[in-house]
Amino acid sequence: MENKNQSGAVWVVAELKDKSPHAVSLQLAGKARELANQLGVPVEVVLLGDQVSEAAQVLIASGVDTVYLGESADLKVYQSDVYAEIIVSLAREYKPEIMLLGSTFMGRELAPIVAARLGTGLTAHCIDLVLGEDNVLDQQIPAYGGLISILCPVKRPQMATVAGGVFPTPDPDFSRSGNIVEISVPENMENRARVVEMVKEESDEQPLEDAQFIVAGGIGTGDLDGWHRLQDLSHALNAALGCTRPVVDEGWAELETMIGQSGKMVSPQFYLGSGLSGELQHMVGIKGARMMIAINNDRKSPVFEQVDYGIVEDCKTFIPLLIEQINKVSKDKTL
Amino acid sequence: MKIVVCVKAVPDPKEADKIKIDPETKTLMRGDVPFVVNPLDKHAIEAALQLKRKYGAQITILSMGPPAAGNIVKECLALGADQGILLSDRDFGGADAYATAFTLAKGIEKNGEFDLILCGMASSDGATEWVGPQLATFLRIPVVTMVNEIHENADREWLVKTAWEDGYRKVAIRLPAVLSVARELNEPKNLSFSGIIKARKKEITIWSISDLDVSPESVGFKGSPTIVGDFGTLETGRNVEFLEGTAEEKAERLVGILIGSGAIG
Repeated sequence: MENKNQSGAVWVVAELKDKSPHAVSLQLAGKARELANQLGVPVEVVLLGDQVSEAAQVLIASGVDTVYLGESADLKVYQSDVYAEIIVSLAREYKPEIMLLGSTFMGRELAPIVAARLGTGLTAHCIDLVLGEDNVLDQQIPAYGGLISILCPVKRPQMATVAGGVFPTPDPDFSRSGNIVEISVPENMENRARVVEMVKEESDEQPLEDAQFIVAGGIGTGDLDGWHRLQDLSHALNAALGCTRPVVDEGWAELETMIGQSGKMVSPQFYLGSGLSGELQHMVGIKGARMMIAINNDRKSPVFEQVDYGIVEDCKTFIPLLIEQINKVSKDKTL
Repeated sequence: MKIVVCVKAVPDPKEADKIKIDPETKTLMRGDVPFVVNPLDKHAIEAALQLKRKYGAQITILSMGPPAAGNIVKECLALGADQGILLSDRDFGGADAYATAFTLAKGIEKNGEFDLILCGMASSDGATEWVGPQLATFLRIPVVTMVNEIHENADREWLVKTAWEDGYRKVAIRLPAVLSVARELNEPKNLSFSGIIKARKKEITIWSISDLDVSPESVGFKGSPTIVGDFGTLETGRNVEFLEGTAEEKAERLVGILIGSGAIG
């Protein structure tokens, strides 16, 4: 859209969870504050929903200067056409320099639509954002055994998505003041992909984000049978079970359990990775772990450069052996 | 019904960890990793084949890539698609997701009318998830991503289901539309011998930049808003200690460490 000489604000497209700002939106507000201070520009947020002015106050307390607030019953749940149209019109009017969205289900669908309509670049699932030369945003992603920085040198805004947990959640300061700019939401906006139902489901699996102990597996687990052994291990340790992308692609585990750049970011006390090679896309998701152990049959596997303890064994035979030993110890304890 | 399925030739994900950046020259070392059909795209093809069996459909496979990606398109024809198009030109090289979606959209426009476009929700190598929604945006049609159920009907408004945070959503989408599909949608079938024989007779069409209504500035590297900057390394600050001995001894030591960290006991 516009060229780069417009010194616009740093924007976050906020998302709601129930009536409160989503954790990732607050984390992005915190990061946006840091970038905006360096640029000498304000932090601005687009917040769309139904009766959400309290959420706007929380965003202001988290470092936001201006909230563009769109409130309407039509905005109660995310609707791609409607949300994209409002965000695109606002961006055309106010010309932000940077626009950040969470790598949430919403962000992953909405961000590319908005970027294509604005004719600008969008970087997926960044693990860091740093202002570089000429205030171009260095958008870092893990790839091919290293970190790659993606730049959007000419088009504006510079757009990126970031997963929850990449940046810390700022402590809210409710003495901060900010502006709320109410935007008028036209009636009967075009809505060709209408969300007709949004349903919450309870899961009985231990959520990865809160887990203190995590067992994770990669494609080297071997097969579905090997994967079930890993599941047994996670139960024996009362740990949550995570995985890498190839495991999701194989259909052994759900996308929800994927750890890494485009999945969950976790900080357990203890992480045991089995049959995975240490791909950075996965490893960046657990860099906050206190202790890390890896099992892989190749002593030269890059995973061993990234953990505290290494075990060179074929996980197909080693995992059952380990479960046996754990059960023996647990049994001794209960006797 | 006219269906276009967009596919991508990707390095085999099972061997993708062999692809590295040379830290000295900062170039990509591909090794001998073979190209395969992007795994999620197979679910898009299967969805198209199921619709074809029910309603009858003309399925076009569309891909952008080097000439070698033609083999991938042929493989999709052997699965039961009717027509294959490969967009291949030096000018298309170095495209980011935006330029890729733009070029695919131009290819779809040239191919003519369509009712539905299907694609895998992400590629195993780029993994941005942007191409489906951006393709829809360039074609000015609606999109739903992460589709895991399709409830089609004779009307032009279909109901689709997708995963959503802590649950799911159902979306009524008007055709023509783009659906980017998730693995849970279906179980792709393997190549059959008769499919391979039939596909031998099918020719794929190759379109270069002169076949599309685009300028060289709008495609490939030149048409990409994003560029790749520096490569760096990620320091973990951890030093590995290998547990040695027999498998039993290693397991015993590991159990000791687990007890120490509070995971057992």
